[in-house]
Order: sequence, then C-alpha cells, then structure tokens
Amino acid sequence: MNALLWIVLDLLLAGLLLGLAWAAVMTRDLKRGVVLFIAFGLLLAVAWARLRAPDLALAEAAIGAGIAGALLLAALRDEPPIEERALGSHAIRDRRLLDIGIVALAGVVGWALLDALTYGEGGQLAAAVREQLALSGVSHPVTAVLLNFRAYDTLLELAVILTAVLGVLALGPARASYRHAGSVLRSLIRGLVPVLMVTAGYLLWVGAHAPGGAFQAGATLAAVGVLLRLGGDDRAGLPATRALRWLLVAGVGVFVLVGLLVTVAGLAVLQYPKDWAGALILLIETAATLSIAAALALAYLGGRPVGWDPSPAAHASLKQKVSDRC
Amino acid sequence: MLTTEIIYGLTGVGLFAIGLRGAVSHASALARILAINVCGAGVFLVFVSSAYRTLGEAADPVPHALVLTGIVVAVSATALALALGRRLKGADDA
Repeated sequence: MNALLWIVLDLLLAGLLLGLAWAAVMTRDLKRGVVLFIAFGLLLAVAWARLRAPDLALAEAAIGAGIAGALLLAALRDEPPIEERALGSHAIRDRRLLDIGIVALAGVVGWALLDALTYGEGGQLAAAVREQLALSGVSHPVTAVLLNFRAYDTLLELAVILTAVLGVLALGPARASYRHAGSVLRSLIRGLVPVLMVTAGYLLWVGAHAPGGAFQAGATLAAVGVLLRLGGDDRAGLPATRALRWLLVAGVGVFVLVGLLVTVAGLAVLQYPKDWAGALILLIETAATLSIAAALALAYLGGRPVGWDPSPAAHASLKQKVSDRC
Repeated sequence: MLTTEIIYGLTGVGLFAIGLRGAVSHASALARILAINVCGAGVFLVFVSSAYRTLGEAADPVPHALVLTGIVVAVSATALALALGRRLKGADDA
C-alpha cells in the first residue's frame, strides 16, 4: 500500500487512542471510564500490531484490555452510585498551574523523543540478538530475550507477580460471589472454556518459534477463571488451597530451580546447556503460565477465596497445638 | 518528516500527559488507578516506537520483551492497588 495511506491510517489510530484516553480519564462517570478504557486497550493492541510487535498485540488484548478491564469492572461494584459521590471530583485547587506544568513536561519529553528517534542508526541490540539466536534454544527472538538472554528480568517479574498476589491475599477475603448464570451465559461458558484452554496451550507451545508464550497463555487461562466466576463459581475454577499455593509459587520456583541446577554442570546461573535450552525454556514457561493464570484469577476474585482461611474449628485446634508446645 | 515511529512516539507522550493529569486531579482511587494505567500505556508506546526502526525489516525484540513483562507487572500492580483501595474503603465505612 502506498506510504501516504499508511500515514493517514497511523494518524487516525493515534487520534482515536488519544481521544479515547482523554474521554476515559476525564469522565466523571467511572463506569463509562472503565468501558472506554477497555476500548482503548483493544485499539492499543492494533497499534502494537502496526509497530511490528505482534507479541505485545496479543498480550495487550488479553491482559491490558481483557484482565485489567475485568479487574476494573469488578472493582466498580464497590463504588457508590454516581449521585452519592462527592461532586468536586478534583483534589487539586489550582488546576491551571497543573495543566501548564503537564503541557511543559510533555513538550520537553516529546522534543527529547524526536531527537532520539532521528539520531543515529540504533539497533545494535537487535543485531546481537539475531547473531546469538541459534544458541538460545528457540527461534522466536522475543521468547529468546525473555527466557534466555534476559532471563533475570523475567524471573524477577514473576517474583513481582507473586508479591502482588500475596498482597491481594493479605488484604482481605474475596468479593461476594455473583449469582448463578442463566442458561444463555451457561451455554456460552460451556462452549468458551474448552476453546480458551486449547488456545492457551497453543500460545504456550507456539511461543518457541512465533509470537506467543507464557504471558499470553497465562492471561488466556486466567480468562477461563474470570468466565467461571461470572457464571457463579466462588473460586473461579481455582484448585483447593494446598494445590493453589503450589501453583502460585510454581513459576518462580521452577525458574530458580532450573537456574541453580545448571550450576552443577559448571555453567553460570540461568545459563542453559545448549542442547537442553529448548526443553528447559518450555518447562519454565509451562510453570510460569500456570502461576500467572492462578495469580490473575486470584486477583480477579479480589482476595482470599472461600476455603483459604482454615475453618474456626481447625484454627482452634491449631492454636491448641501451638500452646501445648510452648 | 512524519514517520510511523514519530506518530506513535508522540502519541505515547500525549497518553502519558493525559494519564498524569487524571492521576493527580481525581479524588476517586479507582479513577486514579485507571489514569495511571493510561500513563503506563504511554510509556510503553514511547519505548516500542523506538524499537520500530532497526537495521532490517524486523523490529528490535529487546524493548518488546521488556514491555511484555511491563504489561504483566502493570496488571499485577493494578490488582494490588484495587485490593488496597477496597480495604481502605472498608476501613472508612467501619
């Protein structure tokens, strides 16, 4: 297609993104804001595809628009109705000064960005990734960077997810459950759940040589939990507490274990032996997928699921045991 | 010269500004969390548009991998923030 048409399309998409973001942030009706934010996320996925980042397009559609949208929609239930909200929704008194400051900041950042984008050739890192790709055990460069060249980043990121979900668990019990689904939603769930699970498995597997991988697969699997929860399942399809605890730590645990085990063979931490790299990456990604899915589904519940806390009787007997020992 | 990476890079700066404006001016915690997510999307867009133009046809995979982890970290932080907001509201009501 000719270049001018692409520029017109890019400008149109950029304008839509800015307009939707403005409307989502500036509206006083929170519900409207959340719905606009979900639409914004879906358009952002198109922008990622346009920027030759199909991995990000998949992740944005599943996580940025999907899971984040579901989290915000669920949180809306706790908000008071519009008429009860404080009318002066602005916490800052002198808004003009604030606007001038923000416009000035955006101007400086934009100018710096223009300078950076037009300066030099860039792409040295991309060339390094391309040279070493054959050693990584996978043929998709983004997966190679995530699970091999910069595995530390991904390990720490899984630890961040675990920390966040521990915070959610510590803060209180899950929200009250939804009423059981009517027949239309029930049959939709029955049809969608298997499709989503197969899609998640496919995304996990295909990450080795094409866009996809643990994050997209984990988010797709978490969508199963969201659906089940909407259908009236208190636990969003999550397993019993003991198994759930293992699932939550599986991603970080397997990653660390593999990273340390390779040191027995005399390699550096997280430096996979060349012949095993592909298999080890798949193992780590499988564990990460399950952990991410469990963490996101728990986040959607918004707290400790039913049955997480020990029953009062079990709690009392535990207390008795502790006091006997002292 | 208006090119794809400049269009999306500047859009990212704009999104960051819109998000920042919302995050500091709203009183409601939920509205602030939403605005911070818009802010984050702007940062990601700036970063990825810098990856668009590299030597060959394919874009630079390193920023893509970093933004991919960023998207997941952003959603976990959102979940934690929403849980904190809910707990705070519970404390207000009690």
